[in-house]
Amino acid sequence: MADSTTTLAAETIDTPPGGLRRILRIIGLLRESPVGVVGALLVGFWVFVAVFAPLISPYEPNATMVPFMKPGAVNPEGGTFWLGTDHIGRDILSRLIWGSRTVLFYAPVATFSAYAVGIVMGLVAGYYRGWIDDVLSRIGDMILSFPVLVLYIIIISTIGASGLNIVLAIVFASGPAIMRIVRGLVLDLRNREYVAAAQTRGESAWRIMMVEILPNARGPLIVDGCLRMGYVIINIGVLGFLGLGLPPPDPDWGGMINETRQMALLFPHMTVLPCIAISSLVLGFNLLADGMREVSLRD
Amino acid sequence: MAILIVKRFLLMILTMVAVSIILFLLLEIDIESIAIKVLGPYSTEEQRLLWLENNGYNEPVVLRYFTWFGNFLVGDFGMSTAYKLPVGDVLWPRLWNTTILAFWVFVFLVPVSLVLGILSGMREGSKLDRTISVVSILTTSVPEFASTVFFSGVFVFSLQWLPGTSNMFDGFDWKQLILPVLVLLVYDFGYVTRMTRASMAEVMTTAYVRTAVLKGLPYRQVILKHALRNALIAPFTVLMLQVNWLLSGVIVVEFFYAYKGFGALLLDAALRQDVFLIEACTMVAVFVVVATQMISDIAYTYLNPRIRFT
Repeated sequence: MADSTTTLAAETIDTPPGGLRRILRIIGLLRESPVGVVGALLVGFWVFVAVFAPLISPYEPNATMVPFMKPGAVNPEGGTFWLGTDHIGRDILSRLIWGSRTVLFYAPVATFSAYAVGIVMGLVAGYYRGWIDDVLSRIGDMILSFPVLVLYIIIISTIGASGLNIVLAIVFASGPAIMRIVRGLVLDLRNREYVAAAQTRGESAWRIMMVEILPNARGPLIVDGCLRMGYVIINIGVLGFLGLGLPPPDPDWGGMINETRQMALLFPHMTVLPCIAISSLVLGFNLLADGMREVSLRD
Repeated sequence: MAILIVKRFLLMILTMVAVSIILFLLLEIDIESIAIKVLGPYSTEEQRLLWLENNGYNEPVVLRYFTWFGNFLVGDFGMSTAYKLPVGDVLWPRLWNTTILAFWVFVFLVPVSLVLGILSGMREGSKLDRTISVVSILTTSVPEFASTVFFSGVFVFSLQWLPGTSNMFDGFDWKQLILPVLVLLVYDFGYVTRMTRASMAEVMTTAYVRTAVLKGLPYRQVILKHALRNALIAPFTVLMLQVNWLLSGVIVVEFFYAYKGFGALLLDAALRQDVFLIEACTMVAVFVVVATQMISDIAYTYLNPRIRFT
């Protein structure tokens, strides 16, 4: 971890800061790792599907047509159910396409919110040390001693299942884990010369944390963010699968599996396809993270 | 060492107390909703008030917390509203069933993940290493609920080798345990394998392993006598911490296979708003996690003489 931080810190010297340019640079680097390319393609595919959902989806996701159609069956009213229909006659392909919107909206929102909370807590704990570090770390340890899913189930069953509550539960459960990582990085970075220089210049603590320390900790955080995104997607899926996810009828991959798993014996396509969708998206993020880690450790 | 154990133990108690406070605040602070959950949505206002009065809910919050926590300590968890039985009677048999499940997962998880991790960490970048790495990423990317569907499709519906539910209605049947164990194993082994690999790969670059190779020791001996000892310290802690993940996975697997275990009970309690059962289940789950964390901390210090927490 320390290695990648230093290399990334060194890189910033010769590259002028620029959002787009940096992203292009990362993509360029990623080409060196075949695993990372596969991951990026998988994620890119689903992002594309989510963005253009209204254009590529053949039917309305909630429209009920002919139930129990096998994949490739012809719709009597014209068109084809490429991936079949579910038990109440909704086109599975369209629901998968629109479901990618759901998951690619809530997962990043939840992950980024968790990062916002975790980063602030981690910066404060690692930079100030002392009692504030102790308090934050202890609170974090306590939340982390809950098994994740137990925590989700309690929160969701207490405050109700809705998109916002799922995001809140994820922030609550993963914030402390992110805090731990950030804190570790900050403890390493806060003793660098450029932090001392900024302190001598009389910059405010807040500015030092945000401008001097945080950008130099981004390498490991981006890799962790990708892994965590995959994990958040799994958790949203699990909640849907357990019947604690987003309220119906809007398409949600986990919910689709839950609704149809009793019929998987006779109509496996209803259940298996959303499983494949969710696994491929998670796999994409995990491979992407692996590729980025590989690339960042190489040079 | 003794100081460390005492310290860790006190920390564990502190954590449990804090967790109980969080839980109390989450579930018991709103007495109106407790009365509804216990007496049902069709109870009248008077019934609820009477029930609250009789069960001491009108006492100050702090006092209520201490009574509640005291009851917990002596094992009195209250009555389950969904099962109409004392919570303990419902909970302990279920916990035992999950222990059986978890035991078998660990029986396979430990050798499989350690062997794979050592094999791939031994020669970093080799073909075998690449294959194991990709396979372990692949298996950890497939969530448990998806692999339950895939495995059931293959082993239950297509091949018809294994039963599709694990409710154990006619007594214990090992055949019903295979799929739940397999699903948990497939999801969990990837992470432990990768951790073992990282630890092994690190040890392989150390000077003493290189010395052993250069002085002409057979490769087998270098691995078995020199590298393994140090490489296995980190995976040990990872394995202990795996209990936390396993408890989450157990909920999904038990729900899908209708296995009468602790995870399914917790989910059931949450869905049926059985407050006292949720509380007891959560405290037990957290206790298991915190206790394994404590054991892994202590064992880690014991195994690794370079680290001595004071």
